[in-house]
Amino acid sequence: MPEPRLIPIVELTMARLREFLREPEAVFWVFAFPLLMAFALGIAFRQERAQEVVVGVVRHEASTLGQQLKDAKGIRVRTLEPGEVDAALRRGQVAVVLVPGPPLVYRFDPSRPESRTARLVVDDVLQRQAGRVEPIASRDETVLAPGSRYIDWLIPGLLGMNIMGTSLWSIGFSVVHARSRKLLKRLMATPMPRVQYLASHLLARLVFLVLEAAALLVFAWLVFGVRPAGSIALVAGLVLLGALAFSGLGLLIATRATTIEGVSGWMNVVMMPMWLLSGVFFASSNFPDAAQPIIRLLPLTALVDALRGVMLEGYGAAAIGREIATLTICTVATFGLSVKLFRWR
Amino acid sequence: MSGSAPASVAPGAAAAPGAGVALRCQGLVKRYGDLTAVDHLELEVLRGECFGLLGPNGAGKTTTIEILEGLLTADAGTVDVLGLRWGRDDRQLRERLGIQLQETQFSDKLTVGEITRLFRSFYARGRGIDEILSLVGLEAKRDARYVALSGGQKQRLAVACALVGSPDVLFLDEPTTGLDPQSRRQLWSLLEGYRAGGGTILLTTHYMDEAESLCDRVAVVDKGKVIALGTPRELIRSLGAEHVVEFAMVEGEPLPDPELLRPLPGVRDVRVQGVTCGLVASEIHLAIPALLDLLGDRRTKLAFLTTHSATLEDVFMHLTGRHLRDA
Repeated sequence: MPEPRLIPIVELTMARLREFLREPEAVFWVFAFPLLMAFALGIAFRQERAQEVVVGVVRHEASTLGQQLKDAKGIRVRTLEPGEVDAALRRGQVAVVLVPGPPLVYRFDPSRPESRTARLVVDDVLQRQAGRVEPIASRDETVLAPGSRYIDWLIPGLLGMNIMGTSLWSIGFSVVHARSRKLLKRLMATPMPRVQYLASHLLARLVFLVLEAAALLVFAWLVFGVRPAGSIALVAGLVLLGALAFSGLGLLIATRATTIEGVSGWMNVVMMPMWLLSGVFFASSNFPDAAQPIIRLLPLTALVDALRGVMLEGYGAAAIGREIATLTICTVATFGLSVKLFRWR
Repeated sequence: MSGSAPASVAPGAAAAPGAGVALRCQGLVKRYGDLTAVDHLELEVLRGECFGLLGPNGAGKTTTIEILEGLLTADAGTVDVLGLRWGRDDRQLRERLGIQLQETQFSDKLTVGEITRLFRSFYARGRGIDEILSLVGLEAKRDARYVALSGGQKQRLAVACALVGSPDVLFLDEPTTGLDPQSRRQLWSLLEGYRAGGGTILLTTHYMDEAESLCDRVAVVDKGKVIALGTPRELIRSLGAEHVVEFAMVEGEPLPDPELLRPLPGVRDVRVQGVTCGLVASEIHLAIPALLDLLGDRRTKLAFLTTHSATLEDVFMHLTGRHLRDA
């Protein structure tokens, strides 16, 4: 025969890849959306901006206050008309307002930490310019710890969340879609080994996983200079293990569902607690102590904590053994149950 | 089992000598809760023949064919396919059977060529992709996506996927339902080609013309049982008459008493369906003048009168008193 022997799992995987790539919307949500989100959050929480205090100076003929503060480091000056003072403070446009004296008046809300800081910084600059001599000799030593910014902390969270979302949706949807079109039943009527069908979903998932994880990590490195403190290989291993665990979960959700609406509901039920509790955007330690044992059992918590351990703290595999065990158990249990419960009709 | 013996017309009459049995089921029962979909059904399909299961919707045709395909398990009875058994020889059977299901929809985003190639990869033996696509007349649609195909083209693709492993037996569940006449004829000639190559076909249909033109033998199925079995010609001949005369009266006038019609010359059977009366007749040149004389004496007026050659539809009517399509 002139045609080469075709291998079912290769053809099935190719079919999955083609189906995905011919769905422009899916490509956007899997690849572009996480990057846009990382970019938006990275910009919003940039720390350079927070280090600058904005002070308002009330316009006054004889005053040189604005001039004096203009060149000081870390201070931005806004000149205010007397009538604008209250509104500017209320809206948070300035942290503190200086009313030229004598005596010089600082107007601020002491319950706002940034206002208290701004008052101290401005006062310090003005007192020194006026010739104050420090009784105690001192010198500032600033430490810029790499990987201590919010974006450094956020990227592993986004990576974990992205792995969860794409693994669950892509497997759950395509399986239920095929079932609702009676395609699963038709495939069962061929000699194709059934396990190859399930494996092809996993293989196709892993191909895209490499691309989407790499896209996010390279993006974070190029745009924000985020660099993993620990081993890249270990990060890759965790990404893979996380994808297996969530693919298994996706398959389990899809074992019985016959409609897209049904499976979507279950997906949301499974994902919602993890979005909220697993510490993607804010540390999960903020939740009450009583909830912590449950939060730690969630696979997304395990994945995000392990990724942060390696990327921020530079941990080796031994230090994140518990998280690795959680993900491994999740993988084995969900695949085992799925194969047992899977409905082809 | 008692009460399940089919009203067989010359059983086995169409058996090609020495052909052997491709499919056999005995005492087949399948229940869904209180509903008995298949009720002690007996069936034997010979190698190389095209066998039709004819019956109304809900008669148990699909359940029967899916049990033979190994997609459903029967509650009772035995099934023998190519001398092999489901549950024991599945892998071997799957390689040798080609199956088209009633409702399968392939992936919208894949092309005809890709879908055929995918199914080809499942079988150890079989035809090339180009060969199979030209066989079903889809070679020009090779790069068209599934979503862009017409109903007839989708159905031919389904048959291509069933034929791609060069099966010994082809199962078709209502292959032409919903197709336009031209698409139906295309599919029929495709199936005739497969048969010419020695293949065996089991198909279900509720179109009598499909059964008459394609099938060597037909089993009429109703309420989960085979109620008649034979070649289309034999079944029609079993009516004892080759023609059907149908007529109705103008509005407000009653039909004549069937007991007056039955003794008319050449009339074998009389049945009344609403306002229409049908006479099963062996000799219409005797029956029609006699009918007109009778009506003339009564001074009643006809709304219409038609005649047609008897079909399997008439056989079904004769056996059950109901129409196939709305039974």
